[in-house]
Amino acid sequence: MATYRYRALEPVPFGFPTRPLPGARVALVTTGAVYAPGQPPFDDSARGGDVSFREIPSDVDVSTLGIAHKSDAFDQSGFLADRNLGFPLDRLREMAARGEIGELNRRHLSFMGSITAPGRLLAQTAPAAADLLAADRVDVALLVPL
Amino acid sequence: MCHQTVGLVAGELERRGIATSSVSVLREITEKVRTPRALFGDFPLGAPLGRPHDAELQTRILRAAFALLSHPGPPPVLVDFALGLPQPGSRGTY
Repeated sequence: MATYRYRALEPVPFGFPTRPLPGARVALVTTGAVYAPGQPPFDDSARGGDVSFREIPSDVDVSTLGIAHKSDAFDQSGFLADRNLGFPLDRLREMAARGEIGELNRRHLSFMGSITAPGRLLAQTAPAAADLLAADRVDVALLVPL
Repeated sequence: MCHQTVGLVAGELERRGIATSSVSVLREITEKVRTPRALFGDFPLGAPLGRPHDAELQTRILRAAFALLSHPGPPPVLVDFALGLPQPGSRGTY
């Protein structure tokens, strides 16, 4: 990977939350390749990576989420033992219950992280995913890489 | 690659007026991608929220990541997560 050229944001888009955090609607975005019961898993064999994403309902039981990630780059045992390690929905629920954040969006998004050819991600699925959260009037997104 | 995907999706969200904060365990890649806001934690790849079943640590990391939302910038913002107790009056880490 020493010769891999990473895509860079130039310029870097940057804004502030439209509402203070205790009143903000928050969505979670993971690249942990989690999927909800009944949803298709990700395609680990897709050339350049599977650029699709899954909508994870906010009321999901986190322990029931499947994980399609088969990266050899890291030890998955922690994530398998506790999905919150890469999809901290239970922690966000607790923060919402304490009033630290306003509310959770009705859906969260899951990508598969191991995308080496991000052309279609940039052209299609990332904009489509962002459009969904914008339509939901999400104020803040928290992103977690796996 | 996962950190690149996070940065690129964060960019799309920011362009639509959604403020983003990300966690990172690979500082060099997050720097290269120029992720708008990221909290770097010195944790193994695969453990961006620190440790399994450690709700207290996971919550501290999330609070620190959300605190970046009030960072004045300029972007990209990349701040180290301080594993120890925060020092009174300390700056530059959350």
